[in-house]
Amino acid sequence: MDHCNCVELLWPASDIHMKYQFISDFFIVLAYFSIPLELIYFVKKSAVFPYRWVLVQFGAFIVLCGATHLINLWTFTLHTRTVVVCMTVAKVLTAVVSCATALMLVHIIPDLLSVKTREQFLKNKAAELDREMGLIRTQEETGRHVRMLTHEIRSSLDRHTILKTTLVELGKTLALEECSLWMPTRNGLELQLTHRLRHIPSLPVTVPIHHPDIMRVFSTNHAVRIPSNSPVASTRRHNGKYVPGDVVAVRVPLLHLNNFHIAEWPEPAKKPFALMVLILPSDSARRWHVHEQELVEVVADQVAVALSHASILEETLRARDLLMEQNVALDMARREAETAACARDRFLAVMNHEMRTPMHAIIALSSLLQESELTTEQRSMVETIVRSSNLLATLITDVLDLSRLEDGSIQLDMHTFNLPALFREVLNLVKPIASVKKLAISLNLAKDLPEYAIGDDKRLMQMALNVVGNAVKFTKDGFVTVTICLERPEFLSDPRLRDFRPMQGEEHCYIRVKVQDTGIGLNPPDVSNFFNKFVHANSSSNKIYRGSGLGLAICKRFANLMDGHIWIESEGLGKGSTVTFIVKLGIADRASEVDKQIALQPCPLKANFSGVRVLVTDNNGVNRMVSRGLLVRLGCEVIAVGSGRDCLKLLYQSGNSIKILFLEVFMPDMDGYEVLAQINAKVGRHGRPLIVALTANTEQSTRERCLTSGMDGVVLKPVSLEKMRAVLTELLGRGSLGSNPRRM
Amino acid sequence: MDVAKLQQQHLELTQALFKEGFLDEQFTQLQQLEDPSNPEFVAEVSTLFFDDSQRILAELTKSLDGDPVDFKKIDAYVHQFKGSSSSIGAHRVKVGCTVLRTCCEEENREGCWQALQQVKQEFFLVKNRLELLLQLEQQILAEGGTIPFME
Repeated sequence: MDHCNCVELLWPASDIHMKYQFISDFFIVLAYFSIPLELIYFVKKSAVFPYRWVLVQFGAFIVLCGATHLINLWTFTLHTRTVVVCMTVAKVLTAVVSCATALMLVHIIPDLLSVKTREQFLKNKAAELDREMGLIRTQEETGRHVRMLTHEIRSSLDRHTILKTTLVELGKTLALEECSLWMPTRNGLELQLTHRLRHIPSLPVTVPIHHPDIMRVFSTNHAVRIPSNSPVASTRRHNGKYVPGDVVAVRVPLLHLNNFHIAEWPEPAKKPFALMVLILPSDSARRWHVHEQELVEVVADQVAVALSHASILEETLRARDLLMEQNVALDMARREAETAACARDRFLAVMNHEMRTPMHAIIALSSLLQESELTTEQRSMVETIVRSSNLLATLITDVLDLSRLEDGSIQLDMHTFNLPALFREVLNLVKPIASVKKLAISLNLAKDLPEYAIGDDKRLMQMALNVVGNAVKFTKDGFVTVTICLERPEFLSDPRLRDFRPMQGEEHCYIRVKVQDTGIGLNPPDVSNFFNKFVHANSSSNKIYRGSGLGLAICKRFANLMDGHIWIESEGLGKGSTVTFIVKLGIADRASEVDKQIALQPCPLKANFSGVRVLVTDNNGVNRMVSRGLLVRLGCEVIAVGSGRDCLKLLYQSGNSIKILFLEVFMPDMDGYEVLAQINAKVGRHGRPLIVALTANTEQSTRERCLTSGMDGVVLKPVSLEKMRAVLTELLGRGSLGSNPRRM
Repeated sequence: MDVAKLQQQHLELTQALFKEGFLDEQFTQLQQLEDPSNPEFVAEVSTLFFDDSQRILAELTKSLDGDPVDFKKIDAYVHQFKGSSSSIGAHRVKVGCTVLRTCCEEENREGCWQALQQVKQEFFLVKNRLELLLQLEQQILAEGGTIPFME
């Protein structure tokens, strides 16, 4: 190569420098050729590489540079013209590519730089998302804890279990050091520590409610951080120095106050709260997070609800226990009352019989006496005895049934009777005694009084006799006047009878009976007491006037039964008294039948019912025979059978020739009702004979059942001639008994 | 014996029976049913009553002896007996039946036994007396007299 004429010394072609250049060029070539290879290898390896074009360019640039240096290797020694040409070409190409690359890089490098910034941005975003996910996970966990806590809390209805569970679970979930519950005391001025997680307090610890910390907590429904030196938080004796854990407190609203009686509550909201205090472990760096506080708030609400449920349940249970006790007591009382009533009824039933037996003996023997030879005086005496004893028999019945009177189960025995005659008889009865006492008795009957009336004559007579008898009894001298008149509408506005509203009608009337006497009288204030049971007139003045004290009470009840009223008036002690009673009676047509008088009369032994065919059905042989005997006496043609089936068989056989069927109700196998039903089914009401029930059951319900099921009459056993005659007269005289049944 | 004396005895016995409560007015009813067309009515009814009652009493004794005691059956028998004694006018027997019925309703076995004994006793008492009365009546009739009866 030609050496140039430069400033520097001509360089001889020394070996060492040449050698080093040669070697360097060689290594450069290696490196330059290996770089693209490496690039290609690693690009192929990586998945994404956006700048292939740049890579190609750069590759080309490198390769060309390498080529240049490669060709340079040959220029160290003498070299041919081809080499020079190659060298030139290579250099030119390299220059072109380099320039292109340089130009390209201007565009590319900012892009590459921005990639970096984007990468940084994405990293930040990823970190942020990680944080958020962490939060969400925490929240989800919190939610799970809350659900679990709620489940635990609500799984019990016992107050203490609820509270204990709450504290334990909260302690576990939040890893608390201490968790405590403070309830308001009875006076409402303090909070008392009632439940605690770790340590059991030996003495009751109280804290005044009006502490600022506590007031702060109560004023909001959020969980509030309170300082650790607050009295509710520093309940543990601490020794040595330590950093107390963070404390949070929350209010728990209470609904029922039965266990915690609070007279007045100072808070304007008037709502009582309990306080729940939660303390994080001391010496830990933990602080209360918002989500933990929220958890605590939610739990406090749940606890409040659970506690209110528990309270309600306690109340209900207590109420139920109370009710049960009351029920038991009431049941016992009822049973006792029933036993007493039962015992009384049984006593009355037995006594009834005991008392009636001698009465019947008196009646029987005095009737017998009537039949024998007597003087007129003796006869009238005997007649009085007979009538009195009949009345007495009725009275005994009624006195012993006074309790039934009060129940209202006594019914009036309605008959048609002669009204004036009844009162005349009353006077006749008292005349002997009055004449002995030298009292003047008079009877004034109003002109417009009906001659015949419908009512319970026996009881009316009893009432009249009682009242007149009292008048005579309590009068030492003077007179007794009995006035009877029809009650006028204008009298009905009597102020004394404010509650009494009699109704006039076509079918009935009201009579007023006034009995005046000049006897011992009575104090006006005692009047209201007079009609009570067992009350006598002024006991000091009338030791000689003995009585059961029941008379006026019975009269009052009879008067009520007869839709009437009875009262007594007196001017004062020693000034006499007036007893007045008003009763309702039915108006009778004189043409209608008049029943017999009250006194027993010997029954005519004539038969009126000759030829009447009757069928007697009774499973009791003796009863059958007696009934048959009675009916035969009355002239009937009697067939007697012993069972319902035989009765039906016979009925269908002889067809309609049986006029009346006497049917015992209580029979085994087929009772009277069944027989009736079968007859009705077969022949209907009009095709069948008249049916009379025979029963020993005196209950009203049996009689009603017989009549409502279609029987034409009811006869009470034991049957007597009178009863049979009466029922036959009724049935054959008037047809069946419809709406006005009578007891026999 | 002379008729008047027999009649006197009859009257006294009847009065005693009524007074002591063995018989009541129902018996009087039965007596009234006796007349020349039906001279033996009372005797017939009484005999029927005695036979029937003895049967029932035997059944009652057997039932109360049984194990277990069928109170319903006993109640049915007592009802029957009460009915018969009521129809004939055997008053004390009827009262005894009432007591027995009550014990039966309570299913009180001991009480039933006692009541049954009482009823039996009453029944035999009235049976004896009635039989005596009927005997007297027979005698009076045989002597040609008439039986006095109370109205």
